[in-house]
Amino acid sequence: MSLIRAQKLTKTYRTGEVDVLAVRGVDFAIEAKSFVAFVGPSGSGKSTLLNMIGCLDHPTSGKLTVIDTDVGTLDRRGAANFRGQHIGFVFQDFNLIPVLTVYENIEYPLIMVQDWPEDKRRKQITRLLEAVGMSGQEKKRPDQISGGQKQRVAVARALATNAQLVLADEPTANLDHDTAYRIIELMKKMRDELGTTFVFSTHDPKIMSEAEVIFTLEDGRFSQQQTSERKVAAHA
Amino acid sequence: MLNILKIALRNLARFHRRTLLTSTLITLGIIAVLLFMATAGSFKAMMIGQFTDAVLGHIEVHRKGYVASIDTLPLNLNMQPATVGKVEQVLNKLDVVEAYSERVKLGAMFSNFTETTSVRVNGIDPEKEAATTPLLPGRVVEGNREGALLKPGEILIPTLLARGMKVKVGDTIVLVATNREGSVNGKTFTVRGIMEAVTGPSGRDGYILIDDARSLLRMTQPEVSEIAIRLKNPAQLAQVYAQMSQELSGIAGNDGKSGMASKGPGAGLEVHTWAALSPFSNIANMIDLLTLFIKIMLVSIVLISILNVMVMAVYERIREIGTIAAIGTPPRRILSLFLTEGLLLGLGGAALGTAISLVAIYALNVWKITFNFGQQQGLVLSPAISVRDVAIIAGLVVLMALLASLQPAWKASRMDPVTALGHV
Repeated sequence: MSLIRAQKLTKTYRTGEVDVLAVRGVDFAIEAKSFVAFVGPSGSGKSTLLNMIGCLDHPTSGKLTVIDTDVGTLDRRGAANFRGQHIGFVFQDFNLIPVLTVYENIEYPLIMVQDWPEDKRRKQITRLLEAVGMSGQEKKRPDQISGGQKQRVAVARALATNAQLVLADEPTANLDHDTAYRIIELMKKMRDELGTTFVFSTHDPKIMSEAEVIFTLEDGRFSQQQTSERKVAAHA
Repeated sequence: MLNILKIALRNLARFHRRTLLTSTLITLGIIAVLLFMATAGSFKAMMIGQFTDAVLGHIEVHRKGYVASIDTLPLNLNMQPATVGKVEQVLNKLDVVEAYSERVKLGAMFSNFTETTSVRVNGIDPEKEAATTPLLPGRVVEGNREGALLKPGEILIPTLLARGMKVKVGDTIVLVATNREGSVNGKTFTVRGIMEAVTGPSGRDGYILIDDARSLLRMTQPEVSEIAIRLKNPAQLAQVYAQMSQELSGIAGNDGKSGMASKGPGAGLEVHTWAALSPFSNIANMIDLLTLFIKIMLVSIVLISILNVMVMAVYERIREIGTIAAIGTPPRRILSLFLTEGLLLGLGGAALGTAISLVAIYALNVWKITFNFGQQQGLVLSPAISVRDVAIIAGLVVLMALLASLQPAWKASRMDPVTALGHV
């Protein structure tokens, strides 16, 4: 059973008097616990696809099922609730809340989105801090840590609610290559340890090569779908 | 809720300059309003006290039509003894009445044997008058202040009259008055004391014993021009006025003998509060109006400053709002977060403003600021403000802060995450 399934998915934006077809009737399926990359040049539709999968945007037509839910039918509140329960986000600019510490940023979805009791929260955050290599940094504010560390915290925040799916839009775009590589490795490690499905977008060939499934987008269509040898081996 | 409060506090601290500026505006607004209310209220209460406690009493009862012709002090509209007796019966039964005093008022010519001028004369019972207008004895600034306020054949005259007529304490003067039948009578009096004037129509009011007034007017029976009443609690003025109007409505002003007055509400007597009899009531109303305008200004300051801050807060944090919305924060929690920030701004400003105002009011009472009002010199201003007024103003500010935050908070909670995340 696929975790994400899209059928004839399209998305049209209206810019002034012009309709822009951002996604043109794509079909795809992403299995649970996979490590997937959407790649392609700017404007190819990567972010639009991620936004639709993440219930941040509605498809114009077609059907999109995410974790057994037809997300195209969700209203504003339903979409927010669905995101809060099932999906984690990692952003290109980290988007940590500047007034909160590292610990509190990871804690944020546990208190503002889900109502976890304090003991359970503390255990979860401690575990995640250790997993992303940020133990001992929990009292620092975002402006006191490096870009790579911020993205580690962002990954921890995305995983805090035990999300089944983490969407990362260009998570390495603002990082140097080594740091970017370590973030991708961290995401993969989290997938291995927690069984979370990671879908990210990138246009960095070295980073995309780390993905197990690669969807290449051009002008809102898939031009190529590759499955890495490691993925094939794992399924063999 | 505690977490929202914590995050809201930190957001306010993050934009500390703007928070400080807005809080300062609210604080200054509250200080201005509370200080104005305390000082203006004190001035108003003091001046009302001067009129009620030194001249008018809180309520006066007259025969119907008397007040409309009060400038001429019409003797033909005096209350007859039977009417006065009925009014006294009613007043004696009312627990809210502390004291009352019957007066005979007349216009007379005042002569020092070389010059003559007009004077308004109040015939009073000194003990009853002192109980009804307790500041009256204190107004005697020259002369014998020992024993009874007045003795037979003595007169208290106002400063203005004494100065104008060059009359001193102990001098003999003559009062000449025309009675209801048109008969003129004169009587000599000794000046017992000179009284300071209270601003208003009492500038030319002299006082003699009520029996001397009746004798001067050659009254055959003890008529009364007015009955001044002092209440135990002036704050109950409106209720007592209504009650008294009802109680006295059945009494005929002329003993019901001539048939001029009919029975029923307001048939023969009329009841007036001090406000209806004193021009100062207009000043008091003006003070109330000014206070209202100051309150409206405060509300405007709070509304505009908090609206400005919250609109800026939302505008500057669009990406942040997009982030928290994207990770699944329910719109109502985003709304709560921004409302809490506005509420905290209002609460902080209100608390600080109230605290500073109370300290300032205390300091003004310690320093004892004096001022002059009309003939009154060296009046001590004693600003005071009730807990109720403080609570109303602080509550109003907090409510306005909440209302001003509502629109920006609503906008934040309805923001599209994709648009917000893409905001530069």
